[in-house]
Amino acid sequence: MRPLLYLGNVVTLSFDTSKCTGCRMCLAVCPRAVFRPLNGKIEVVSRDACIECGACRRNCPSGALSVRAGVGCASGMINKMLGRKKACCVVDDDKPPSCQ
Amino acid sequence: MSPPRLDQTFVRGSIETPVGTVPKASTIFSLSDRLGACKVRWGIGRLSYTVDPGLYAIGGARPESPVFVTANYKMTFDLLRRALAGVDGWILVLDTQGINVWCAAGKGTFGTDELVERIESSRLPNVVTHRRLIVPQLGAPGVSAHEVRQRTGFQVIYGPIRADDLTAFLKGGLKATGEMRVKEFPFAERLALVPIEIVAAVKWTLFVAAVLYLVAFFISGFSPSKATDLTLPAVLALGVSILAGGALTPILLPWLPGRAFSTKGFCMGLLLALCVLLFNGFGIPSHAAIMVGGLAQLVSIPAIAAFLAMNFTGCSTFTSLSGVQKEMRLALPLAIGGMGLGLVLWIAAAAMGG
Ligand code: SF4
Ligand code: SF4
Repeated sequence: MRPLLYLGNVVTLSFDTSKCTGCRMCLAVCPRAVFRPLNGKIEVVSRDACIECGACRRNCPSGALSVRAGVGCASGMINKMLGRKKACCVVDDDKPPSCQ
Repeated sequence: MSPPRLDQTFVRGSIETPVGTVPKASTIFSLSDRLGACKVRWGIGRLSYTVDPGLYAIGGARPESPVFVTANYKMTFDLLRRALAGVDGWILVLDTQGINVWCAAGKGTFGTDELVERIESSRLPNVVTHRRLIVPQLGAPGVSAHEVRQRTGFQVIYGPIRADDLTAFLKGGLKATGEMRVKEFPFAERLALVPIEIVAAVKWTLFVAAVLYLVAFFISGFSPSKATDLTLPAVLALGVSILAGGALTPILLPWLPGRAFSTKGFCMGLLLALCVLLFNGFGIPSHAAIMVGGLAQLVSIPAIAAFLAMNFTGCSTFTSLSGVQKEMRLALPLAIGGMGLGLVLWIAAAAMGG
C-alpha cells in the first residue's frame, strides 16, 4: 500500500548540507524515511512525508537540521484555543493488544 | 526516589543487584492485562493505567545484559515485556505520567532530562557493566542521543519502532532494517482507535440531543411527543455524522479523496447524508417542512463529519503541525458554519411544523 501523505509543501524542515558530517543519526531516528544517504552526507528525499516530530533536529549533533517541532493534532489545538488543557494523543507505540 | 514496588500485578519475584532488590517483570500477558487493555481502549479509567518508574529485570538479567528504555504507560510497558519473552535484560521505565512513548516524547516528558535522572536514581551504572541503552525510535523526538552520552556516558541506540521487531533487532546485532524504522498507520491500528473517538463523540451527542429536545419542546408548544418527533431526525443526523466522521473516515482513510482529513470526512458525510435522504424519500418532497428538515441533515452531516475527521489528525501518525494549522484555518470556519446553518434549518423546519 502506498504510504499515507498529508498536505503537500507545508512543513518547516530545512537541511544545511555544509554542516552535515554524515553521522547518519537522522536516518536512524526519522520515522517517515524522509532522508537517504548521499555522498557521505544525507539528502532530503520526501519532504512531504515529514511530520515535524523533531527527532532529527534533536539528534543531529552538528545542527544541520532544523524544524519547528510540534504535534499535528486538531483537537489539541482547539482545546488550546478554548483554554482547556487536555491530552489529545491516544496513539499507541505499537499495534494495540487485542480485546479478548 | 523509591524503587518500583514488588507488589505490582505483573511482577514475578525479584533479582538481587549491587544496588538492592530489583523487581522481575513477567513476559506473559495475563487475562487481567488483557482486560485492562480492553478498558483503556474504550476510555474507562485510562489515566491511572501506569506502572512504577524505575528499573526492572526480565528473565535472568545479568550485569552485561541489554537495557531497554520505555514509558510508564502500562500498555506500552506490556508490549515491551511481552516482546522480550526469552530475553535476559533490564527495562528502565521513565516517568511519562502514564503517556506512551511517542506522545510523551512530543511533550518532552519522555526526554533527555528524565532519562538522565532515571539512570542516576536507579543507579544503573552500578547494575550493568556496559554503557548502552536501547531506546525506542519513537522516543527520539524527546531524547538527544549525543546529550545523553555527554551527561551519563551511556550510548543511546535507537531500537525498532514496533516492539515485535525487537528480537530480530537483537539477533541482527542491534541493527534495524529500513522497514523497522518507518511508522505506518495500518488498518488494524486505525480500527483500534475508533472506539475512543466514538465514545467521546457519543457523550457530546447525548448532551446536544438533550438541548435540542428542550428547544423542540418549546417550539412545539410544550408537547413531549411532538418534541420527540422533532428531535429524532437531528439525533439521526448526529449518529450518521459520527459513523461517517468518527468511524468510517479513519477506517477508510487511504481510499477517501483528498489529503486533508476534513475533506475525507466531508466526502464520507455527504455520501451518508445522501443515503439518509434517499432512504427518507427526499426525492419526492411532499411538505415544505420535510424539505427544510432534509436540507438541515444534508448540510449538517457533512459538516460534523468533517469536523470529527479533522479531530482524528492527532491520532494518526502522519500529520504535521504546520499541515494541521493550514487545514484548520480553512476547514474549521466551514465546519462550524455548516453546523450552524444545519441548526438554523432544523429550527425553521420545527417552527414550520415538520
Ligand atoms: S521532523 Fe521527524 S519526520 Fe520530519 S524529517 Fe525530522 S525525523 Fe523525519
Ligand atoms: S544527523 Fe545531522 S550530521 Fe548526522 S547525517 Fe543527519 S544531518 Fe548529517
